[in-house]
Amino acid sequence: MIQAIFGQLLLGLINGSFYALLSLGLAIIFGLLDVVNFAHGAQYMMGAFLAWMGLQYLGVGYWWALFLAPAAVGLTGILIERLFLRRLQGLDPLYGLLLTFGLALIIEGAFHRAYGNSGNGYPVPAALAGGFDLGFVYLPRYRAWVVLVSGMVCFVSWFVIERTRLGAYLRAGTENRRLLQAFGINVPLMFTITYGFGVALAAFAGVMAAPIYQVSPHMGSSLIMVVFAVVVIGGMGSIMGAIVTGVGIGLVEGFTKFLYPPAASVVVFVIMALVLLVRPAGLFGRLR
Amino acid sequence: MTTPLWKRPVIWGYAALVVVGVAAPFMVYPVFAMNVLAMALFASAFNLLLGYVGLLSFGHAAFLGSAAYVTGYAAKALGLPVIVAIPAGVAVAALLGLVFGALALRRSGIYFAMITLGFAQVVYFLVVQMPWTGGEDGLQGIPRGRFLGLDLSDKFAMYYFVYGVFLLAFFLIHRTIDSPFGQVLRAIRENEPRAVSLGYDVERYKLLAFVLSAALAGLAGALKALTLEFATLGDVIWQRSGEVVLMTLLGGMGTVVGPSVGALLVMTLEHYLASLGSWVTVITGAVFVVMVMAFRRGVVGEVRALIKRSF
Repeated sequence: MIQAIFGQLLLGLINGSFYALLSLGLAIIFGLLDVVNFAHGAQYMMGAFLAWMGLQYLGVGYWWALFLAPAAVGLTGILIERLFLRRLQGLDPLYGLLLTFGLALIIEGAFHRAYGNSGNGYPVPAALAGGFDLGFVYLPRYRAWVVLVSGMVCFVSWFVIERTRLGAYLRAGTENRRLLQAFGINVPLMFTITYGFGVALAAFAGVMAAPIYQVSPHMGSSLIMVVFAVVVIGGMGSIMGAIVTGVGIGLVEGFTKFLYPPAASVVVFVIMALVLLVRPAGLFGRLR
Repeated sequence: MTTPLWKRPVIWGYAALVVVGVAAPFMVYPVFAMNVLAMALFASAFNLLLGYVGLLSFGHAAFLGSAAYVTGYAAKALGLPVIVAIPAGVAVAALLGLVFGALALRRSGIYFAMITLGFAQVVYFLVVQMPWTGGEDGLQGIPRGRFLGLDLSDKFAMYYFVYGVFLLAFFLIHRTIDSPFGQVLRAIRENEPRAVSLGYDVERYKLLAFVLSAALAGLAGALKALTLEFATLGDVIWQRSGEVVLMTLLGGMGTVVGPSVGALLVMTLEHYLASLGSWVTVITGAVFVVMVMAFRRGVVGEVRALIKRSF
């Protein structure tokens, strides 16, 4: 009984770590560029797939993939920003959403075309195999690693954005990009870097997810909808809000899976409806 | 609006629609033509919201799909005639629209899109899990029944039935757009604070537009289920919501005929590319990118702009 609860809560914590990583990237991109990156799930999938392909074809292991895959996906992100998103600046934000939706279809369709529908396993790296028996729950070492690392990444992102000069520019750009430009900051370059970084964060989450979930072309599309709901619940106003909401929703999902499994897939959307009723701007958000 | 109807180009547009519509089943496979009509209605209903209120719903498959299932269940399991089964589907879609709309309209812009997407996922999961929907198999063998003594199992009879319903619904949408109600919707799209300051209850107008759009999308779903004689998860899945966005964008959002043109183009494309399998997804995505980058007005919008420029 206790073991079942903690087992599900642990799973929820893992899922929540991914929600946090992904909604963090979405929030950073949206904050500066005013773009809802619909391709975020596809880019997460790309990260996982690049890691898998690297291992399969080139023998590149997990530790290298953890850096190389996000770098590669980040570069494609920089290209996307330069080629497409830049030209949509100043238009209704809906066009950014539609563009990235199209890009998501292209990416997912291409991977589906090349690798089919079935999932591919990715081995847990040797250094993180095994686990600890904590008495009330068995904790695989890799999952502990995922929670630890995503916690660290979230903290570093929060620190950089809220406590450094670079972050101050980013926040200033979110508030008023014209004024920032008038101060001599290269705002277009910041846009490119921000999108590249947000996308790399998604790919990083993808590599982390590869040993836990099956690597498949559609692993991102169902996830992104939950992450969108997380973003609506938390509001995109604050970085901390995105992180806390992500982990929180993961835990709630885990608990629901223990109480009544069929409801686990919809509970996040029910919470979204409740939040809309009580606090339309989201738990941490401001209406704008 | 003072020009008499018969002097306006619109009447010639309707005449062309009638001629093409009557002749269509003799030129193309009737089931395909019916499917196109259903999707054209779906896209037109969706456009009422996107094109005239400026609200992008990413969850319209929920209305299409729920009505398809309800109509299918009413006709098959309960043995109800189409005259009851179709309104039942429409009513359920409208009710869903009322609930979703009331909640989602508390936010606007991109949040609205994400919220509707989330709610549509709930409908999807419900359809997957509820016992009466047939799960992964969907509802198979939905009977078309009879309408005014006409046996709808005949594909020509069914075609003209679907076509008649489409014409009525299309006319309703057109009238709605041109009505004072439609003018207010456009005013809200252009400048919401101004519409508020003029004394319009903006929230009520938006909600009414949302419910109307949901109901008409439901009507399209009901027709689709009867046409194809099945309802499947493909009708409620999020890709279907994306498809209707594409149809509207391709044809031209905010134009009366654009969505129908878009539906015809997308359905034709899918029909001819069906053998290519997953390439269809890639091509669909590419069309999205091209439309957003270069042809935001859509086919009809671009043609109209071209005509305006050359005269």
